[in-house]
Amino acid sequence: MIDALGAPIAPAAWRDPERAHLLLERIWQIAGDRTLAFMEVCGTHTMNIGRFGIRPAMPSGVRLISGPGCPVCVTPTQDIDRAIELARAPGVIVATFGDMMRVPGSASSLAAERAAGRDVRMVYSPLDAVKLAQRNPASRVVFLGVGFETTAPTVAASILEARARGVGNFLVLSMHKLTAPALRALAADGSIDIDGFILPGHVSTVVGESPYRALAQDAGVPGVITGFEPLDILAGIAELASMATTGRRSIANAYPRGVAPEGNPVARDLMQRVFEPCDALWRGLGPIPRSGLGIRKEFSEYDALARFDLDVEPAREPAGCRCGDVLRGVLDPADCPLFGRACTPEEPVGPCMVSSEGSCAAAHRFRV
Amino acid sequence: MCLSVPAQIVQLTGNDLAIANMMGVEREISLRLSPNARVGDHVLVHAGFALHVIDAAQARETLAIIDGLGSGTALPGGEP
Repeated sequence: MIDALGAPIAPAAWRDPERAHLLLERIWQIAGDRTLAFMEVCGTHTMNIGRFGIRPAMPSGVRLISGPGCPVCVTPTQDIDRAIELARAPGVIVATFGDMMRVPGSASSLAAERAAGRDVRMVYSPLDAVKLAQRNPASRVVFLGVGFETTAPTVAASILEARARGVGNFLVLSMHKLTAPALRALAADGSIDIDGFILPGHVSTVVGESPYRALAQDAGVPGVITGFEPLDILAGIAELASMATTGRRSIANAYPRGVAPEGNPVARDLMQRVFEPCDALWRGLGPIPRSGLGIRKEFSEYDALARFDLDVEPAREPAGCRCGDVLRGVLDPADCPLFGRACTPEEPVGPCMVSSEGSCAAAHRFRV
Repeated sequence: MCLSVPAQIVQLTGNDLAIANMMGVEREISLRLSPNARVGDHVLVHAGFALHVIDAAQARETLAIIDGLGSGTALPGGEP
């Protein structure tokens, strides 16, 4: 039979309570009364750790911290303002993943712009945005390129597709971010002690194991590539606990059904053909050298930054919002003065509460 | 946002495109990032693209890792 993970193993296998119990026992046994902090950097981990009740099952000394794993959340306000500026430009259709809609910019949001009559459309795939451009030849369709290495190859493939089909009215505002440079910045940040990284499964599907090795060697922080079902997450934590307590500073792959050691070279090739590394600003982490992806000159006809004048006013951050500290893992969402009071999923102040996979949204949904 | 949904490829439709069954729903996906995917393969789909072909052996390996960790065997991680 086909299971929910797309493999011919019974679906319940990845949620088997007996196996979960053994893994939990193992974690308790290894951790003992040690204080250990493990950070995940993937929004799906953030959600599933909450959804499956993994945090309260940990020994009291083991802390699971959510880092900058939500692409929408790490997108700085000035980039949101640029997207809004594009939505206001005449003859432009903005196409975006749904998560971006309600993220507040300095004075507006894409949802508010749409309510005011601007043409903002949600798409499931960047290829849908290419089709949208074909169907609307009199408009320019700008796709908001937000996401990590999982998503960037799909956007690269869409730009190549637009070129192959001769679609000249498809553009991309590239705000893509790279995971490894952010992990290095976090490991070097003295304000937080991290004993190990729960490495993002589907980013690793593309990048493979090698980008993390330097991290383990140079920064001395081990990492385990981890899948998303309860057993996957517990296995990742058990292995990290073992690495942290025995001083093994290496990288292991606990998700081989989703991640080949070499990653997906075809996806990386396309990504590198269209994009090149550039310095990027992260909400919370600030500027990180070569942590973003810009569109190469050869593809500048598809680059919204090159084709539009997108000078925006200096960004204004929402008063009292501490998403930046939450994204660095130095502030637990529940300790933000706004959390659950001025800032709720219904009336969010910052992006970590807006996005369905933001740390604050997850904490509000699963911990309150 | 890096959510990837498992699907099984039902039909190749040309131009790197395929019809895939995603938990009972059929939709078109691109094989541009997984050009070796074939009919019957299980794939992880992200934003309309097959990102990875899963095989049963890898799934069993994952389960073996889980069982190994539960019984106290460490993963073969690269040496520091």
